[in-house]
Amino acid sequence: MQISVNFQAIAYLVSAVLFVLALKGLTHPASARRGNYLGMAGMAIAIGATLFGSEVQSYGFILAGVVGGAVIGTILAMRIKMTDMPQLVAALHSFVGMAAVLVAIGTFLNKREADLLNGVLMGELSAGIIIGAITFSGSVIAFGKLQGIISGKPVRFMGQHAVNAAIAIAAVALGVHFALTESMTSLVLMTLLAFILGFTLIIPIGGADMPVIVSMLNSYSGWAAAATGFTLQNHLLIIVGALVGFSGAILSYIMCRAMNRSIWNVIFGGFGSESGDAPSAVGEAVEKGVKSAAIEDAVYWMEDANKVIIVPGYGMAVAQAQHAMKELMEQLEARDVPVKFAIHPVAGRMPGHMNVLLAEADIPYDNVLEMDEINPEFSTADVVLVVGANDVVNPAAKDDTSSPIYGMPILEAGKAKNVFVVKRSMRPGYSGVENLLYYQDNCSLIFGDAKDVAEGMVTTLKGGGH
Amino acid sequence: MPDTLVALYVFVLSCFIGYYVIWGVTPSLHTPLVALTNAISGIVIVGALLVTGLESVSTTAEIIGFFAVLLASINVFGGFLVTNRMLAMFRKDKK
Repeated sequence: MQISVNFQAIAYLVSAVLFVLALKGLTHPASARRGNYLGMAGMAIAIGATLFGSEVQSYGFILAGVVGGAVIGTILAMRIKMTDMPQLVAALHSFVGMAAVLVAIGTFLNKREADLLNGVLMGELSAGIIIGAITFSGSVIAFGKLQGIISGKPVRFMGQHAVNAAIAIAAVALGVHFALTESMTSLVLMTLLAFILGFTLIIPIGGADMPVIVSMLNSYSGWAAAATGFTLQNHLLIIVGALVGFSGAILSYIMCRAMNRSIWNVIFGGFGSESGDAPSAVGEAVEKGVKSAAIEDAVYWMEDANKVIIVPGYGMAVAQAQHAMKELMEQLEARDVPVKFAIHPVAGRMPGHMNVLLAEADIPYDNVLEMDEINPEFSTADVVLVVGANDVVNPAAKDDTSSPIYGMPILEAGKAKNVFVVKRSMRPGYSGVENLLYYQDNCSLIFGDAKDVAEGMVTTLKGGGH
Repeated sequence: MPDTLVALYVFVLSCFIGYYVIWGVTPSLHTPLVALTNAISGIVIVGALLVTGLESVSTTAEIIGFFAVLLASINVFGGFLVTNRMLAMFRKDKK
């Protein structure tokens, strides 16, 4: 069976429409799954239309690749823990980048064989390779940092920006040289430099900025697909690439806005590094005039509260405390205490990370509120429980003009009647800034692992409360 | 109009569609959004198929194409399935 070029073009159009509808489905959780199915249908149509088109004649290698990819992809998708989602996403970004590079090189070889090379095509190929290679190696670094294989600390050296600029200029120059002369040496050198550039661009960025980096690499992977579309004169790839590219760009923008920083500041500047563990957490806290509380104290206030708002952060993910949170919510709701969760846009290691973890624990999404929705409610809440979040509740961002995080929008947890912060130590947040919330009269710290503390609260509540 | 210019038209207009559609996505679904865009950027598989399946393809290009198909397929299958897994967890209150 073979389909005509026009029929194939129509199929690609249908596929592009389905992808737009898939993204549109994510407007609301209720329509999201249907959206995902539309996306699958779009992909199936695109692949089918390509396989049955006139260009594809040999199927052996294709079949092997698709089957291999299907097995690996399915295993990854089914096995991955929800807390590790940022790593999976980073790995998948790197695959798109590498695939784009390989497609560009393969296209070059095929076109050279058929004597169909021209300057414009080779320019487009160069762009595809550079973007794809940066996406690949940048994502590998991001994966390493998220997985803890390489240190999450920013790696900086003198003249870093100059070095990056020099590499970028050299890569582009080689690309131009390649387009003009078909020089294989230039092509190889350009590819190598682009891989290096991906490393050097992402290595200086610290762990706390990962939500921006994940979004940014998401965007790059889209542009890589679009560049591939230009080389192949394939409009479907161009459309999809633009959609994905913009998706990542908008997420990067939202993340930066939530930290009151510009994208340039994240890429080229950035704040301090993560410091080591403080030796004696409680002792240090007393010294600093911070109150510490027992689990029972918190339960005492929570069991009769008009409302409890929980602010989860990356610490909750690290401690895998989301299921304990759900139990705590159920215990409190059984006592007619409404429980809400407040999510800051940059909580966690990727956009929306907390929402997925809470959904995994079977917490209904109506109980999970975004920053703008929940902020007016803090002042009327009896209890706020901060679990593994730090900078996103620091009032210094509002009050202290000299603070490095001044201007960052925060969750106004400090306005509640009682604030309990579950923390492992007095270590400051990723920004390295002292959290002024801890010194407020209405705030007490509960030292311990988020999961242990939450389970302790549940046990106390089950035992008849305080 | 040259093909490259047509492609540019398509690209620029698609950027606008992307801009408006993505701003409509609810923040609680941003992680599934990243996973779904991962899956659909696996569309480079189309390019990989075209490279690999060409009748006159050289062995080198065929092997390069094989790896491209493999990587893009991981994205397609892994991306859609993990998105589905995540979305299945989002539920309304039973009450």
